[in-house]
Amino acid sequence: MPVIQAQNLSKEYFGKRILEDINFRVQTGEIFVLVGPNGAGKTTLLRILDLLEEPTGGRLVFDGTSVTRSAKDKAALRRRISIVFQQTVLFNMSVYDNVAYGLKVRGGNGADTEKRVSETLERVQLRGFEKKNALALSGGEAQRVALAQALITEPELLLLDEPTANLDPRNVSIVEEALSRVNRERKTTMIMATHNMFQAENLAHRVAVFNEGKIETIGTFRGVFGKPSRFLQDFARLENVFSGVSTVSSEGTSVIDVGDGLLIEATFMKAGDVTFYVPPEDIILSTSPLVSSARNVFEGRIVQILDFGSVVKLRVKAGKNFVVQITKKSFSEMQLNIDSRVFLAFKASSVQTD
Amino acid sequence: MADAAFWQEILNILLLSLRVSGTAVLIGTLIGVPIGTILGLAQFKGKQPFIFFFNISIRSTVNTFMGLPPVVVGLVVYLLLSASGPLGPLGLLYTPTAMIITQLIMAVPIIIGVTMSAVGSVEKAIREKALSLGATDRQAAWMVLREARMGVLTAIIVAFGAAISEVGGVMITGGNIRWVTRTLTTAIVVETNLGDFELAITLGIILLSMAFVINLILTILQLRGTKR
Repeated sequence: MPVIQAQNLSKEYFGKRILEDINFRVQTGEIFVLVGPNGAGKTTLLRILDLLEEPTGGRLVFDGTSVTRSAKDKAALRRRISIVFQQTVLFNMSVYDNVAYGLKVRGGNGADTEKRVSETLERVQLRGFEKKNALALSGGEAQRVALAQALITEPELLLLDEPTANLDPRNVSIVEEALSRVNRERKTTMIMATHNMFQAENLAHRVAVFNEGKIETIGTFRGVFGKPSRFLQDFARLENVFSGVSTVSSEGTSVIDVGDGLLIEATFMKAGDVTFYVPPEDIILSTSPLVSSARNVFEGRIVQILDFGSVVKLRVKAGKNFVVQITKKSFSEMQLNIDSRVFLAFKASSVQTD
Repeated sequence: MADAAFWQEILNILLLSLRVSGTAVLIGTLIGVPIGTILGLAQFKGKQPFIFFFNISIRSTVNTFMGLPPVVVGLVVYLLLSASGPLGPLGLLYTPTAMIITQLIMAVPIIIGVTMSAVGSVEKAIREKALSLGATDRQAAWMVLREARMGVLTAIIVAFGAAISEVGGVMITGGNIRWVTRTLTTAIVVETNLGDFELAITLGIILLSMAFVINLILTILQLRGTKR
């Protein structure tokens, strides 16, 4: 049975159409991602799904029953749903009180609340932040508190409105990992709006492409976008981007000094200042140095492990920080852990610049 | 050199001023904060001309009353309380109660107005956030008021500052009777007229010091409120 279903939903503001003929069903445990340009109606749809706004037309069916206009029914239903807004809103009180709020308004008791707050803060990697004032946190920490607020009530449906849009890559990873784990462990249904194509690719079971208030297409990420172009993939990520000074060698390749004693060889011929990137999936990871055709081999240590379900992303410190993507299977077979010594290898032709 | 009687009179004036303005602001808070909260929460959104008109009218009325000239308030209260006025039989004219009523009428719109805008500025985001986390309407409204607490406190302090330094209203309705209805401000007026500058200057310094302390507290509160 679908947990949530939209039937011919539409929304008008002052005679202007924001949403038109929106239809979809989201199954229990599914991550349904809305992609599309700003102003396409993604936020409005999420606000309607959280019952903060009334649709102008159409129906919303939650768990088999149609959502009525009764304020009481909506309040009861809202307690089974959580939302994370793009703009972080926190209360001017401690992190603990912020996270516990959802339980408090449901009449939660002391000991249980305390346990669940610390478990939830653990999920967003904010243990020990309980006593800090929520308004004194950095943007990334604050958004992680907002995520903890939404997760603590164990919602059946989690709505996410570009939750990582204003965050740096490290905070993005923490949020994505928490979402991915919650979805797996609790079978939480999620509907998320995002601009980040990489995020959509990694998290979505299905995507809906929005444009001018309408859903243009719904399907799996691959089904909708095909094999994504290099541009599309790399546009969204800020990983393995380096800058340095390049010199053209006698063999006709470039050697780029990126600092920290790191020299990277590339097949392009460009002298002077260059910015380039190395796709995470082009890097071969091994536990001993490989004899191979790869021109770039570096030794480093794993500093961070991010689990995305079938793939694992590792942050490896080898002079600079590299992000490497490997499958979950390789990850467990190689018995890797934080601080494991590893070797990175990639071909000179994998070094890309514009 | 001032004698004991001099200081006793100053103490009497100071205590009366604090009592009158303090009582007016206390009652004004009890009336003004709930009204300001309700007006701030009810944003009267909608495109219907009536709601729009109603919204604009309420807001401009509150704003107008926030700047009521004390002399005008004093005049109205005087007419109400004077022997031939409708409330004349109560015999309140030229008593501290008459002064409290005058300052109360000034304080209430200030408290309503500042509370209303403080609540209104956090209303949408905080209310939706609380609702989305499962709060009931009442719990959400309470959270909005809690988040606007610095603004509410500001409202109370601003009203007290206006009341304690006001002169026209208490002069008309209190009558500036020595030992009975003479406040800091009315005493300064009369002592200056009489050429008794020693008392006038002393009272002026006291009033100025109080204004400074009030602003000091306000500034500290505002700094704490915006600390990130």
